[in-house]
Amino acid sequence: MRYCRISLLSGILLLQLALLTGSGIATAREQALPDDYCQWAVTDYAIAQPLCELAGDASRGMAIALDSGRGNCLACHQLPIPDVEAYGTIGPPLSGIGARLTKGQIRLRVVDTREINPMSIMPGFYRDPRLIHRPDKRYAGRTFLNAQQVEDVIAYLVTLK
Amino acid sequence: MMLPDKRLLLLPTLLLALLATATTAAEPRSGYEYIKQSTRDMQDDDFENPGMLALEQGRQLFNVTPAGREKSCAACHGSEGEDLDVTGIARYPVHNGNGLVTLQKQINSCRENHGDGSLPIDHPDLIALETFVRNRAAGEVINVQTDGPMAPLLEKGEQLYRLRYGLIDMSCQHCHDFYPGQRIRGQTISQGMSNGFPAYRLDIGEMTNLHQRIQQCLSLMRAEPFEAGSEEINLMGLYIMSRSNGLKIETPAVRY
Repeated sequence: MRYCRISLLSGILLLQLALLTGSGIATAREQALPDDYCQWAVTDYAIAQPLCELAGDASRGMAIALDSGRGNCLACHQLPIPDVEAYGTIGPPLSGIGARLTKGQIRLRVVDTREINPMSIMPGFYRDPRLIHRPDKRYAGRTFLNAQQVEDVIAYLVTLK
Repeated sequence: MMLPDKRLLLLPTLLLALLATATTAAEPRSGYEYIKQSTRDMQDDDFENPGMLALEQGRQLFNVTPAGREKSCAACHGSEGEDLDVTGIARYPVHNGNGLVTLQKQINSCRENHGDGSLPIDHPDLIALETFVRNRAAGEVINVQTDGPMAPLLEKGEQLYRLRYGLIDMSCQHCHDFYPGQRIRGQTISQGMSNGFPAYRLDIGEMTNLHQRIQQCLSLMRAEPFEAGSEEINLMGLYIMSRSNGLKIETPAVRY
């Protein structure tokens, strides 16, 4: 089921690229899946299994969520952290997210929310890197966060009840 | 009572949904409406606006007669550029029958024919000249051609505008069509209009032409930017300028 979805999304991307190629515009490079990339599966709009079977750490996760160079959740979301003034208003505030969603549902939204909403503005923090169009050379073949960082962020988010 | 066929009821809904996705942002609004009051004040005050330095530099270059040449820009267009066609400036980029001509390209072609030769697209002198020339048309309404030979180019430009880029994996439309008025961290997202460019960017402290601004956005998306002067940048710049049709030229604007 998951592979059907992935191939549908890849298909849309390839179609977009094909249209552009047809009109004389360069396309993205071919990329290989990195060796340490762990496959994940969606069931009932959730990813039940932790990435690479890793355990997350909530305090590390909070630091990643705040760090503009890593998770940067605050760019778009409000978090229940005192003394933070500059937060974004694009996504929903994350206060109480741990009460509204299960851990598996949160994992899907952090890993690749476009499984739920293909038009979402939210980056997939563990999206299949082969689906990324025209990444800078420094980021080609990489995920936004690594699997441990994603699990840390999830461990933090589930504490927001 | 007989209810109409459910499929018939669905049709107008589908058409409406299609219309909603097919149309872009409603009324174009200048970036001026999205910046802080202090930034507006800076833009509006000729002594505070850092873009005026580029404009003055452009004025000087416009009036210089290069060594071994007979004419300055001013020789044809007036020392203040008063003989330039300001409604024509508001039409750029234009289609000359062979392809797209940006204002930068037009300035360069004048320089090749009469002046010091063409400049690289991102050369500060070219940005200064473009700033001076576009400022001559300040207050003019942007009026980029959208029909005829422009139509297929705009279609390509729009495709590029709606395509996702880079590790952050967003298209231009994700911020500038879906979320203008919302904030990313402390900054308010604008509609991404180009009526103020070349503009002074507070974030980097530099005069920035539209093409550089597109490149800077792409870099922020951790994407490989399109090269200066590339077909892609020209097409995106064309589409973005056409979105600004109806807005008044504000060059040199001050933007975040």
